[in-house]
Amino acid sequence: MDFISILSIFILACFVGYYVVWSVTPALHTPLMAVTNAISSVIVVGALIAAAAEGSPSAKWLGLVAVALASVNIFGGFAVTARMLAMYKKKDKPVLSRADGPAVPEKQA
Amino acid sequence: MQTTDLSIVADAAHAVNPWVALAYLAAGVLFILALRGLSSPATSQRGNRFGMAGMLIAVVTTLITHEIASLPEIVGAIVVGGGVGWIIARRIAMTAMPQLVAAFHSLVGLAAVLVAVAAFLNPGAFGILGMDGNILMVSRIEMALGAAIGAITFSGSVIAFAKLNGNMSGAPIMLPGRHVINLGTLVAIIAATALYAISNDAGAGEGWLFWALLAAAFVIGFLLIIPIGGADMPVVISMLNSYSGWAAAAMGFTLHNTAMIVTGALVGSSGAILSYIMCRAMNRSFLSVIAGGFGADAAIAGEAREQRPYKAGSAEDAAYMLEQAEKVIIVPGYGMAVAQAQHALREMGDKLKAKGVEVKYAIHPVAGRMPGHMNVLLAEAQVPYDEVFELEDINSEFAQADVAFVIGANDVVNPAAKTDKTSPIYGMPVFDVGNAKQVFFIKRSMGGVGYAGVDNDVFYMDQTMMLLADAKKMVEDIVKSL
Repeated sequence: MDFISILSIFILACFVGYYVVWSVTPALHTPLMAVTNAISSVIVVGALIAAAAEGSPSAKWLGLVAVALASVNIFGGFAVTARMLAMYKKKDKPVLSRADGPAVPEKQA
Repeated sequence: MQTTDLSIVADAAHAVNPWVALAYLAAGVLFILALRGLSSPATSQRGNRFGMAGMLIAVVTTLITHEIASLPEIVGAIVVGGGVGWIIARRIAMTAMPQLVAAFHSLVGLAAVLVAVAAFLNPGAFGILGMDGNILMVSRIEMALGAAIGAITFSGSVIAFAKLNGNMSGAPIMLPGRHVINLGTLVAIIAATALYAISNDAGAGEGWLFWALLAAAFVIGFLLIIPIGGADMPVVISMLNSYSGWAAAAMGFTLHNTAMIVTGALVGSSGAILSYIMCRAMNRSFLSVIAGGFGADAAIAGEAREQRPYKAGSAEDAAYMLEQAEKVIIVPGYGMAVAQAQHALREMGDKLKAKGVEVKYAIHPVAGRMPGHMNVLLAEAQVPYDEVFELEDINSEFAQADVAFVIGANDVVNPAAKTDKTSPIYGMPVFDVGNAKQVFFIKRSMGGVGYAGVDNDVFYMDQTMMLLADAKKMVEDIVKSL
């Protein structure tokens, strides 16, 4: 691919990013940061190439360290995002229907 | 024949199999869908799985299309790194999310630096050697940018982490002449990048420039973040988020990799938009945040304030009046998170709802230490997300509310932002809690003021009752009295 094609992809992706991110609900801005963090670890592709290549032992070791660092982010980022997203719950209908009954203490999670 | 061989190497690395290019494109599209899923909590978990799938495709594609000379080591690195990340993600407290995100940003930054250095040391493996045996000029610029942005992300995030985690004071650290130092360092980085790009020297000459710009970038990342105070951390984290994206994009240019470029653009825009939203919510320009020092001058102004009469109440008074209310709007701030009062607060909300009171939560964009932090904390305490509202959506409802219940927030309800042109928070959009029939204000004591260090007229209004105690204890006492 020549530079102009790559630049085109990049510029268009910036516009896609702009519109997609504005459509993210503010309530999910923290998960948004966690997940963007996880996906920016796609830098692991470069790390893998460096780690896999022969020729320069120092480049290989730097690549391996980069693979390990990016892996912390990939697993950590997606896992913590999943953990946060699982906590967002809609209004519980049974809680509402108890409104006219006696006050029942909610179960502690 | 030397030159021809090298150009073949370069061509071979870039003229990838169309299936491989498609696989990376698919990964990029899955990343877009991952962010798209976050438009609603209902679709967000599916979105996250799209993201994971995209990452799996990117990694597997890279592994099967490159000759791997060291598979065991690579698998070892993934297992060790992945294991550490997994354990941290399971154990981290939701209140510590800003620190965690800062730490993760620093890792992306460092990984980008390492990849750039590896490309510099072994350009053949990355297919960026030109006909003359030198690294291609455009690749040199991309590599230098990737390394510099990665280094700024790394050192900046380390400082942000230390400030958020309390290893370092949140107060701004002001070096004399820091604007000159910063500007000088920035100019040095740009000059080194330019000289490195046009250098014809294959050996030590151009190498020196690469290392120099890398070192300068580490330094400026550090210098940029130390003068920024704790209250501005949401902007800083968002900005570093953006940088980590641009670093990935720059390395994507070097590798001609669609997945990396698309991701970099997405993450870069995401961080930039979040920074913008945070700045707008504080009515501050991005430049003034970056220039730093906010919170230092204001704290001095705060000490000189006069003593004015206010009404204090007890948990029993508050509980009695909350029961009588038809509509209660709760305004939580970072103080709620510090006191870990969110679970008690949800219990209070449940009890009030059981008595037929309408309960809503109002979240300011800069409440907490990072964008959306308060929403996560409320979600963790099992507050349904459809009871939680943003500033613009709920502000008009205070006029119909019987009680505005302010817990751990201060600046975001301060009317001075609308009336006092000399106030450091003037122009910041705030909640009009004064429109509610009553205001309950939980605060540890009358001594401290918000991050901005300004007094708050809400304390002294006729309809305000100050509940002076630790937020968690006060809410628990109210729950007992309900």
